[in-house]
Amino acid sequence: MVELALPKNSKMSEGKVWPKPEGAKNVREYRVYRWNPDDGKNPSIDTYYIDLDNCGPMVLDGLLYIKNNIDPTLTLRRSCREGICGSCAMNIDGTNTLACTKGMDDITGTVKIYPLPHMPVVKDLVPDLTNFYAQHRSIEPWLKTVSPPPAKEWKQSHEDRQKLDGLYECILCACCSTSCPSYWWNGDRYLGPATLLQAYRWLIDSRDEAKGERLDNLEDPFRLYRCHTIMNCAQACPKGLNPAKAIAEIKKMMVERRL
Amino acid sequence: MDMRTPLGKVRGLGSAKVGTEHFWVQRMSAVAMVPLAIFFIIFLIRYAGAPYAEVIGALSNPIVAVLFGMMVIAGLVHMRIGMQEIILDYVHSEGLKFLSLMLNTFFAMLIGGLCLFAVLKIAFVG
Repeated sequence: MVELALPKNSKMSEGKVWPKPEGAKNVREYRVYRWNPDDGKNPSIDTYYIDLDNCGPMVLDGLLYIKNNIDPTLTLRRSCREGICGSCAMNIDGTNTLACTKGMDDITGTVKIYPLPHMPVVKDLVPDLTNFYAQHRSIEPWLKTVSPPPAKEWKQSHEDRQKLDGLYECILCACCSTSCPSYWWNGDRYLGPATLLQAYRWLIDSRDEAKGERLDNLEDPFRLYRCHTIMNCAQACPKGLNPAKAIAEIKKMMVERRL
Repeated sequence: MDMRTPLGKVRGLGSAKVGTEHFWVQRMSAVAMVPLAIFFIIFLIRYAGAPYAEVIGALSNPIVAVLFGMMVIAGLVHMRIGMQEIILDYVHSEGLKFLSLMLNTFFAMLIGGLCLFAVLKIAFVG
């Protein structure tokens, strides 16, 4: 259901203001969402000050500066620090993006950081993506064939291979799905932009032999048709992909096979 | 406590295998309403302030009556699907959802019945 106000136990309060690093001349303010499942308290927003002269340029560098130098309890996911693993997806300066590829220079004033919106929070900036991964699993994201496997490989023309460009790059960071209001309100039944982009990646793959079953599996008022082309997904995607277009292509296939 | 697996929850009752009809009809009715609405607006401007008998006379013209009837049907079909989408988006309590979906259909049928009756009455009775 639409929730215009946060539930009682999610209401945020002003948290701790951590002291500025001593002797730092070039300081940047970070305001970060904190929530600990163990202390029974509501979430709060902590304020930190980063010494830019001792810190890399990306938002993730700032978060790691906090973790290493100010507050080791700050919890976040990160791995590759170059936008290919999708672990550090979070809401930065009002947009879902990857902390590792978002430069502090791109943000004016205080850097405000929250976990991905409308997801259960495990701790601090770590959302629970169990449902998101299960949705991805549900579209069976692998090549499905009936024909006997060829001796070497399933062949694909250059033109057909090109159709996968703009789709295969998805790193499943969940920035798009968690930016989508339809996913916020119906995330239990609507598959969301990331999963649908992946579904289209297999639908358009010339080697796949299960298009009909895949379309059957998607043809549902909730699974597919909750998309109302709001386009937050395309705006949020840190890889510059367009899930809204992929969804529109799936809808076109649905119409095409009945007309 | 819910001990179903995450995949079991996502698969749920399976896909309904519907929705494309609504998607397609919604677009078709939108396209149909472009010329119909233009005709409707021109008609309103042309007959704004005209005497009662003249308006009734114009409305009883067979072409005008048919176009009015088509506009009522296209508009109400479009309205019903649009409202159903909004209900599915925002109303999640099962009972309330079923009730509002039913009322939505009843409302569209009631308005359609009244409008078509008016169009036919003017066309045939005057």
